[in-house]
Amino acid sequence: MVNLAVELAGVQLKNPIIPASGTFGYGREYAEVYDLNILGSFSWKGTTAQPRLGNPQPRIAEAPSGMLNAVGLQNPGIDAVIAEEVPNIAKIFQGPVIANIGGFSIDEYAENCRKLEDIDQVAILEVNISCPNVHAGGKNFGCDPKAAAEVTRAVKAATKKPVFMKLTPNVTDIAEIARACADAGADGLCLINTLLGMRIDLNTRRPVIANRTGGVSGPAVFPVALRMVWDVYEAVQIPIIGCGGVSSAEDAAEMMLAGAAAVEVGAANLADPRACKTIIEQLPAVCRRLGVDNISELTGGAHHG
Amino acid sequence: MKQSLFTLEHARQLTEDTYELVLSGDTSAVTAPGQFVNIRLPGRFLRRPISICNWTDEALMLLVKVVGDGTRELVRCVPGTELDVLSGLGNGFDPTAAGPHPVLAGGGIGIAPIYGLARRMLDAGQAPTVALGFRSAKDAFYLEEFAALGCRLLIATEDGSMGAKGFVTDCIRNVPECDYVLCCGPLPMLKAVHGLPQLRDGQFSFEARMGCGFGACMGCTIPTRDGYKRVCKDGPILYKEEIVW
Repeated sequence: MVNLAVELAGVQLKNPIIPASGTFGYGREYAEVYDLNILGSFSWKGTTAQPRLGNPQPRIAEAPSGMLNAVGLQNPGIDAVIAEEVPNIAKIFQGPVIANIGGFSIDEYAENCRKLEDIDQVAILEVNISCPNVHAGGKNFGCDPKAAAEVTRAVKAATKKPVFMKLTPNVTDIAEIARACADAGADGLCLINTLLGMRIDLNTRRPVIANRTGGVSGPAVFPVALRMVWDVYEAVQIPIIGCGGVSSAEDAAEMMLAGAAAVEVGAANLADPRACKTIIEQLPAVCRRLGVDNISELTGGAHHG
Repeated sequence: MKQSLFTLEHARQLTEDTYELVLSGDTSAVTAPGQFVNIRLPGRFLRRPISICNWTDEALMLLVKVVGDGTRELVRCVPGTELDVLSGLGNGFDPTAAGPHPVLAGGGIGIAPIYGLARRMLDAGQAPTVALGFRSAKDAFYLEEFAALGCRLLIATEDGSMGAKGFVTDCIRNVPECDYVLCCGPLPMLKAVHGLPQLRDGQFSFEARMGCGFGACMGCTIPTRDGYKRVCKDGPILYKEEIVW
């Protein structure tokens, strides 16, 4: 019997598999496909203070072994999520939930996190710092170690819940950003967000995505994400949620060997709504093959010896 | 929504770029004409959303236009190929709202759901008029199948090589008693039909580039008078009064 349980900053998960933010909504659509209670947790759609309509169409393009999206953080706003989605989540999932929080100013991040303080089911705050800072010319918080640290400090001061900073890969040295967040008090990190990319339609000679650029995700980015998890694991002592292109139980194990304590599955859910279920079902066999009784033993395993 | 394996039974070429596919499998999730399936193809990351033309308890009939590499691979599948299909996606048309004088309008590959819709309306004792538009005679398809339904059939081609010269909207103007439309086609056609003053109401099938096809990713949302809607989950059918162009 393989023990799949893992721990993230004091939060116990029955297994390390977590649907990634932006690919799972607030759980409603997948609850029609399988019982969400098999999941370790799930990370809800990035939520901002105000409702956001998102970007114009088209927002989606295909890529070799992956896809691009430019949804533009469409979400109903934190108050509507608390009023309408949180009660529904309690009905369809009884485990710990990761609340993904966006923001366009440091105050907004802090205020969004504060509003979730009394919601017991929200076990971890995952702070998406791949958002433009409206007070700094639109530069992403996550591209500047100082700004990333400032958001971390502000959020930590606003909540008692564990705070995981979700890092963008669109930086020169992700380990530097990771260290800045860890030094500022982050309880953990989640990486990577999508890689900035684009496609051009040969017929129209125009970008496929109306927003011109979109975030690349899917199996194509897995080796990039894995390398970044490796680098960050070497740089910090706090737990890492590995995210990026994971599509199989083998990928999840690889991500853990690189240093992840838990694993988020994103684009794979869109291509196969049962992706997380299949991965969880296959994890014990992969662990047996690797000769581990506790899956948590895999974390960072590739760094030693 | 149901995820299951379907087997390609046959593929028939209808025009230079249009094919009829018959897939056998569990169609229990399909509840209304105008719904679609999302098909996974080997080597392609995103599924391909395809409107359902018609269905029985055991089989789906799809009309597929080759618009890129994915649809080309789909129509080249050999009989016996098993395909991972999400079926019964989207809201579908509601023919009960159509009143006594409905016109069903299809343009190009958009005629696909119109066929299954017309059959079900006829089965329910309704008497729809069907108006089909194509670019030219060589692009026209499924005319015998529509003619066999026995309802009033109007055809327009842009170059006049078949039927009336003009657009579907010209056909609809010639049947002024028709005051309710159910339609599917390219965006300019939908917009032109939407603007016809004779129509008191109607249902319009939209298409979009989709990520998931089942409402999770917000990749296909468009603005409506009732807020943003997901083409895949809240649509693809939108009602006349809620549409924003």
